[in-house]
Amino acid sequence: MTNKLKLLVSAIAGVFLVSGSAMAGPNGDVRSAPWQMWLQDPGSPTADRIVAFNAQLLVIETIIVIFVLGLMAYIAYKFNAKKNPVPSKTTHHTGLEVAWTVLPIFILVGISVPSIKHLYFADHIEEADMTLKIIGNQWFWTYEYPDDGNFTFDSLPIAEEDLKEGQPRLLAVDNKVVLPVETNIRLLMTSNDVIHNWALPSLSIKLDTVPGRINETWTRIHEKYVGKTIYGMCSELCGVNHGFMPIAIEAVSKEDYQKWVQTAQEKFASDEPVQPKTADAVRLAAASQAQ
Amino acid sequence: MANAADAHHDDHHDHYPSFFQRWFCSTNHKDIGTVYLFVSMFAALIGGGMSWYIRLELAEPGIQFIDDFQWYNVLLTAHGFIMVFFVVMPALIGGFGNWFVPLMVGAPDMAFPRMNNISLWLLIVALVMLLMSAFVGSGVGTGWTAYPPLSSGIYHPDAAVDFGILSLHLAGASSILGAINFIVTIFNMRAPGMTLHKMPLFVWSILVTAFLLLLALPVLAGALTMLLTDRNFGTTFFDPSGGGDPILWQHLFWFFGHPEVYIIIMPAFGLISQIVSTFSKKPVFGYLGMAYAMVAIGVVGFVVWAHHMYTVGLDVDTRAYFTAATMVIAVPTGVKIFSWLATMWGGSIEFKTPMLYAFGFIFLFVVGGVTGVTLANSSADLVFHDTYFVVAHFHYVMAIAAIFAMFAGWYYWIGKMSGKMYNETLGKIQFWMFFIGVNILFFPQHFAGLAGMPRRIPDYPDAYAGWNYISSIGALITMLGTLLFFWILFRTYASGAKAAQNPWGEGATTLEWHVPSPAPFHTFEDQPDMSGKAPAE
Repeated sequence: MTNKLKLLVSAIAGVFLVSGSAMAGPNGDVRSAPWQMWLQDPGSPTADRIVAFNAQLLVIETIIVIFVLGLMAYIAYKFNAKKNPVPSKTTHHTGLEVAWTVLPIFILVGISVPSIKHLYFADHIEEADMTLKIIGNQWFWTYEYPDDGNFTFDSLPIAEEDLKEGQPRLLAVDNKVVLPVETNIRLLMTSNDVIHNWALPSLSIKLDTVPGRINETWTRIHEKYVGKTIYGMCSELCGVNHGFMPIAIEAVSKEDYQKWVQTAQEKFASDEPVQPKTADAVRLAAASQAQ
Repeated sequence: MANAADAHHDDHHDHYPSFFQRWFCSTNHKDIGTVYLFVSMFAALIGGGMSWYIRLELAEPGIQFIDDFQWYNVLLTAHGFIMVFFVVMPALIGGFGNWFVPLMVGAPDMAFPRMNNISLWLLIVALVMLLMSAFVGSGVGTGWTAYPPLSSGIYHPDAAVDFGILSLHLAGASSILGAINFIVTIFNMRAPGMTLHKMPLFVWSILVTAFLLLLALPVLAGALTMLLTDRNFGTTFFDPSGGGDPILWQHLFWFFGHPEVYIIIMPAFGLISQIVSTFSKKPVFGYLGMAYAMVAIGVVGFVVWAHHMYTVGLDVDTRAYFTAATMVIAVPTGVKIFSWLATMWGGSIEFKTPMLYAFGFIFLFVVGGVTGVTLANSSADLVFHDTYFVVAHFHYVMAIAAIFAMFAGWYYWIGKMSGKMYNETLGKIQFWMFFIGVNILFFPQHFAGLAGMPRRIPDYPDAYAGWNYISSIGALITMLGTLLFFWILFRTYASGAKAAQNPWGEGATTLEWHVPSPAPFHTFEDQPDMSGKAPAE
């Protein structure tokens, strides 16, 4: 980009970024802030790209909207019945028609080339350092750590009346997913019942958990998030309590992660291994939904 | 067009059937169109009422009114179904299409008047069934997309979803019959000399819409039947435990669902073209480009469906294709926007209420269109899928835009339909209330979505409270604007000034302005001759 264009980018995006820079929650949590107007602070290489890409899109789109609005304002001012009592009879202008067909094509090609590059970048990683398995349930998440002792645990939302000081409403969970920073993490997702969606805005992750399928993506959390909690919510309508199955990741240093794995292996050792829900459990869920 | 008017020397000898015969057994395209319009308004009060109730619940964080979350899901599902199938489609296609396609092509009626009647009544039965589904068991809480397994027998065990499925079957059959009727009418019953390339753009838009309906709805019918047998007869089309796949439903649904959004907006394109041309007192700029842009949008609309499914785990090459294909749609829609602007350019524009709505439509469509370019990118969708950004996008580009076209059409044609004119001052006030209301309602939802707020939730983290509050205030203004519209409607029928044959002056050139107002019960008993006329504007 030329300097002038960069200036324009910052001018237009500036309005949105005012609140964007102050988006961390009260405890340094990574979640949206009141009156936030822009994307959450990017916390992974994918998110860095997606946020920058969206800023470019926003600039292009704002220019288009202002251009069309300007034309409309000019038309309303200049060509109203009072100012211009005699209408022209022009109905064709080949050059103009070709221009407004061809120019958008160039803009769109300009958008799709980086877009598709980011798409392939975000899709999967060849060499992962560890794998996290995510299983959607009505209405909680189950996590498995196959590389670190294959322990597993459920992560349930904390009810409003049980919230402790500083825990955000509708976002806090009992067992956070603990993940090391600066580590390539492969994410595998499936579901035990209906389709859910494991979404973390600040990491640009959003992938359905589909029964009968295993979906794959990846992430690598930036170092700056050590000690912080990254929040997300289920993003596919999954029944009665769809609005109440939050996701919380605690980002830790690699050393702290190893320590946590030791305690987690013991803590979650007694939990039964994850298995597909029995028919009884499925019926139970259906019954509770029917109520 | 003297002979067109001559055909109606016997206007005063129209004898109307009795009330029941006229409104319940009608085969007259005008009466059927009128009933469609009133069905649409009735459904709009219900579907709109649901959305205002939802916005009331979302005005503040925490649970205000709807403490049964299944009921919340039922409301948002029914809002979607009702607005799409029973408000916009009946008004733009059933209402204005039936009323004005025969008038604009110079035909005495639709090709199959009795089929027209059953098409109307199937829709009304479908609406009744859909409303009943909310009160059967726990209702349909699946969203209008009805994704299995959530919509399967395990997770929605009572008959509500079956009611919903049968309702959509009936609505679909109604639309297919209507589509056949329009295609046959437009291809076979145009006045002599009115070639396809001289047809008014509204007729073009209904023709393209009819083809979309004819090709898309059978796919929905197939998918719905598979869901019905999955639920009731033990098949496993969408159940992985029996070798099926829930994603198959999504492919079939969106193969119908994406053309469906063009079915909604296409007639609006045609209508806006007529109005822009009329009030600018200029013929449409780039007529052929406008007509074929609609054809292009219709064709490309069939090969972009999976951009609704970027997060289901489609393989990356597939997503790259759908990203590129979706972008293509921006080209013909751009042609339409610029052609409307060029039509107005150099015109002598009178900003009557229909023109204000057309202006508003163009603005909404541009704002919703550019966010559509963002959402076309599978990579950007990693942050936007299923957030309020999507809600803001589709309400701008298709829902509210279509409602604007409905208002524009109503104000434009009410004189022709009822023989009475609306109150211009009240109309303008109603436009400004509605325009300001919907922008306050939907613009802040872009920000909530950028910040990460998911759709279809009855309560939200406290950070989103601000934008939601503003949004709910917008909903209130919109509601008042809607109530004002019904007052205007009442006043028009009760005490409106008599409408002239052509209240809009030299810009209104299409054939419906060459018959008296209100349009007589039977028109064009002698065919008007259009040979040697310029392309219809």
